Amino acid sequence: MLTHAEHTEYMYLRPTKKFPNVWCAGCGIGIVMGALIRAVDRIGLDKDDVALISGIGCTGRMPVYMDFNTMHTTHGRALAFATGLKIARPSLKVIVIMGDGDALAIGGNHFIHAARRNIGLTAIVVNNAIYGMTGGQYSPTTPIGAKAATAPYGNIEPPMPICELAKAAGASFVARSTVYHAIELDRFIEQAIRKNGFSLVEAVSYCPTTFGRLNKLGTTVDMMRQLKENSVTASAAEKLTPQEREMKIVRGVMHDIDKPEYTQLYQQLIQDVQAAEKAKTENS
Amino acid sequence: MTVRLMQGNEAVAWGAIAAGCRFFAGYPITPSTEIAEMLSRELPKVAGKFIQMEDEIGSLAACIGASVGGLKSCTATSGPGFSLMQEHIGYAAMTEVPVVIVNVQRLGPSTGQPTSASQGDVMQARWGTHGDHPIIALSPVSVSQSFDLTVKAFNFSEKYRTPVILLMDEVIGHMREKIELPDFDTVERVERIATDVPPEWYKPYGDSLSDVPPMANFGEGYRYHITGLFHDLLGYPTTRLDEIDPWIQRVHRKIERNLNDIILVDEDLSDSDRTVVVTFGASARSARHAVKLARQRRIKVGMVTLLTIWPFAEEVISRVARIARRIIVPEMNLGQLALEVERVAGRNKVVRVNRANGEMVTPQMVLEAIEGR
Repeated sequence: MLTHAEHTEYMYLRPTKKFPNVWCAGCGIGIVMGALIRAVDRIGLDKDDVALISGIGCTGRMPVYMDFNTMHTTHGRALAFATGLKIARPSLKVIVIMGDGDALAIGGNHFIHAARRNIGLTAIVVNNAIYGMTGGQYSPTTPIGAKAATAPYGNIEPPMPICELAKAAGASFVARSTVYHAIELDRFIEQAIRKNGFSLVEAVSYCPTTFGRLNKLGTTVDMMRQLKENSVTASAAEKLTPQEREMKIVRGVMHDIDKPEYTQLYQQLIQDVQAAEKAKTENS
Repeated sequence: MTVRLMQGNEAVAWGAIAAGCRFFAGYPITPSTEIAEMLSRELPKVAGKFIQMEDEIGSLAACIGASVGGLKSCTATSGPGFSLMQEHIGYAAMTEVPVVIVNVQRLGPSTGQPTSASQGDVMQARWGTHGDHPIIALSPVSVSQSFDLTVKAFNFSEKYRTPVILLMDEVIGHMREKIELPDFDTVERVERIATDVPPEWYKPYGDSLSDVPPMANFGEGYRYHITGLFHDLLGYPTTRLDEIDPWIQRVHRKIERNLNDIILVDEDLSDSDRTVVVTFGASARSARHAVKLARQRRIKVGMVTLLTIWPFAEEVISRVARIARRIIVPEMNLGQLALEVERVAGRNKVVRVNRANGEMVTPQMVLEAIEGR
C-alpha cells in the first residue's frame, strides 16, 4: 500500500498550505482537482511550467492547494488574466479552472473571446449548475424547473450549452465528462492540455449542499449515481432520439481540430515586422 | 535626441516604449485610442505584445496577467472604460502587481461627451475601487511632460509594486506640441526588485527589509500564490487579524514613507505671494497665462502645479497656506482637487474656479479670480 507521501496527488499539493480545504464534504470539485493532477503527471509537466488560474466561487479556491504558479483572480475574469500571462510567457502551460456561474455568466464574454482567439489555454469548467459559495442561487446552467435560492418557484431560464458555445466560438478541443467518470475526466483533461489551441473540458458535477438539497436529490452517493445513470457516451447518444438525448449528459470529445494558435501567430507577426523593419533600414 | 511635433497621446505611447513597456491590452475609446493604435504598430518592432481585448475589464486583467509573467504592462482608456477598470485597479493594489493605467479624461458622467475635455476623474482615480488602498496618480501639463510622466509612472509602478494612473485629459492628449524625444537608451528605467533567495525560502509578501517585497515572475521557478483575498506572507488567504492589519499598514506605508520620491510639483512661488494658484493638467496652462498677465499688472501671485495628484502634496499645500491669504484652484470639474486643498489649507482660503461643460477653464476666469473680481 502507498504511504500518504507516495500518492501522485501529494506530489502536486503545496506542502506549506494548511488543509483541510474549503469544500463541503462530498463536493465534486476535489475529484476534478485529482483528475487535473493525474493529467499533468501523465504528461510529465514540470511544476514550474504550469500556471493554474481561477476566478471566484467554490471552484476558484482550487489553485491555492496546488504546487504550481497559481493565481486566484476576480469573478469571471480568469481567462482574461490568463490571456495576458500566456502572451507574456507562451512557454507556460496555462490552465484556467472555473465554475459555471464564473465562466458563463459574469465571464461569458471572456469565455467566448478566448475561444475565438484560439489562444493556447486549457479551460476547465466545473459545472454544478448552481452558485454554491453564495448559497445556491440559479446559474446559467441550472436546468429549467430546478429550484434555487433565487428560483424558489423553479427556474424558467434555459441552460447554456457550454461545449456547444465553446465550439461555435472557435475552440480547438471540446470535451465533456462527469466527476463520476473520473478516469475519463483525467484523459480528457490530458488531451486538452496537450492541445495546441484553446481547449475546453466541461466537468459535470453536483452540489450536495445547495442544489441537491433544494431539489431533493438525496445524498452525495445518490447524486453520483444520477451522474452515472443520466449520462451516455457520444457514440451511444447518436442512437437516441433528439428528445431522449436532451435528457442525458453526453460525454466524450465533442470537437477536436487543428488550427493556428494565437501566441504562435503573434510570434510570427513579430518576426515578420522586425524583418520588414530591418530591410527598411538596410535599404535607406 | 530628435525634435518632433506630436500629440500628448503619442508621447504617452513613446514614453511607454522608452520605459520598457512590452505589453499593452486595451479597448477602443475616445479620446485615448491613439495610444492603442500607436502601440499596436510599435510594440511588435521591439518584440513587445499588443492585444485588443473584449472590454476594459479584460484589458486590465490581461495587463496584470502579463505583468505577473514578467512584462511591464499598460492600458489606456477614458471615463467609461476607467469605470470598468476599477475592479482590477483594486486587484492590482491588493496583489501588488505593477501596472500602468492611462486615463485620458473626457466629460462625464456616463457616456458624457467623448470628445470634450474634463478633469472629472480626480476622485475616481483615488477612490474608484472599493476599500482602502494605496494609489499613485500623475498628471502631465504638456506633450513633453506626457512622455516624462509616462516613464515615471512605469518606474513608480515597478519600484513600489503598485498600480499607477496617468491622469491625462483630452486637451493634453490631443494637443500637438514640440517635444525633444530623448534617445530611449538614456531614459532612466526602474526594474522590479527580483528576489535573491532560493524558491523554497521565497515569501512573496514578506521577509523584506523595505515595505516593498521582491517580486518573482511566473515561470521562473518560484511557484507561489496570488489572490485578491487578504493573504499572509506566503500569499495564502487569511482571515487572521494579525495578518490583515500588518498588510494594510505595510501597503500604505510603502507609499507614505516615500512621498519625497513620489510627489512631483512644479513651484513658481516667492515668499511675498499672497495669492497662489494651485492646479494641474490642462488647467495649469490657462493658469500659467493668467499668472503671467497678473504679474504684468504687478499683482503678487504664485503658482503650484501638481504633477503628482495622488498621494496628495499635503506638505507643499500646507507650506503655501502659511504664506498665502488666498489659494485659487482652477479645474475642469465642479471642485475635486479643491476638496483636498481645502482639507489641508482650510476652506476660507480656497477660491474655486470650475468649469464642467467640456470646455477649458479660460485664463480670463483665473485672472478674474486672482484679481478678486
